Amino acid sequence: MSKMTLKTEGDRYVIVTRKFAASPEAVYRAHTEPKLMQKWMLGPDGWTMPVCISEAKPGGKMRFEWADGKGNGFYLTGEYVELNPHNKIVHIERMHLPDPTPDNRVETRFEADGSGTLMTMRMTLPDEKTRAAMLATGMEHGMEASYVRLEGLIEAEAAKGRSAG
Amino acid sequence: MIALDVTFAALADPTRRAILARLALGEATVMELVKPFALTQPAISQHLKVLENAGLITRRVDGTKRPCRLANKGVAEIDQWLAMLRKALATNYDRLDHVLAEIEPAKRGTKKGRSKK
Repeated sequence: MSKMTLKTEGDRYVIVTRKFAASPEAVYRAHTEPKLMQKWMLGPDGWTMPVCISEAKPGGKMRFEWADGKGNGFYLTGEYVELNPHNKIVHIERMHLPDPTPDNRVETRFEADGSGTLMTMRMTLPDEKTRAAMLATGMEHGMEASYVRLEGLIEAEAAKGRSAG
Repeated sequence: MIALDVTFAALADPTRRAILARLALGEATVMELVKPFALTQPAISQHLKVLENAGLITRRVDGTKRPCRLANKGVAEIDQWLAMLRKALATNYDRLDHVLAEIEPAKRGTKKGRSKK
């Protein structure tokens, strides 16, 4: 959808912008209150977030667990660094795939834009190993038929790499 | 900055993304790509042409064969990751639009005097 933009900044950061037809307060709440987050922070269709812990205060913990209902799942843990209601959230997160990925510092801003809100999210571009792990997860989850067909091939290659290393 | 629009258009197709995933493991000929994808050779060739035009793959001449490989492995992998992120976020934010409409209905309608919850 053209409402969202995604671009790289240098070779280290990813900047995402998106406009919403709601106040910064509502968008901020939807990013910090577990009951609201569980309704949309889900990724591909068919996935749910059965566990959502979000202690929205500096030093507060985050833990999100996702499941596809077919036995696949992964989780994310993190900590809030800075919260400025309803304009800014800074947090650190890592995904567990199941090994934890390096910490990613994410800064999310909400600015009034006409009658709506402009959100700007700045995150670190993960390193090569982390990108590979995340892409492999997408394939494992069978998001696309062609990915499913490739799964065996990639797993075999990964097993080869492991036994070689 | 990477020319993301051209790249995303090429990456919009799941078969083309899967071809890149296969090429990330090493060079392959058209016939080697036909097998795992259960597609015809002309169909694979068409996908390869799109990927080549987007600068994601290069092809060299080896006798009668024209094997393909990722143009720049690092860049292609980053682009693939960004395409996955873009898709996941776009899906999430479309859902968030509905959540926001539920928690702030006053913003949507023109009726006044309705108390917000």
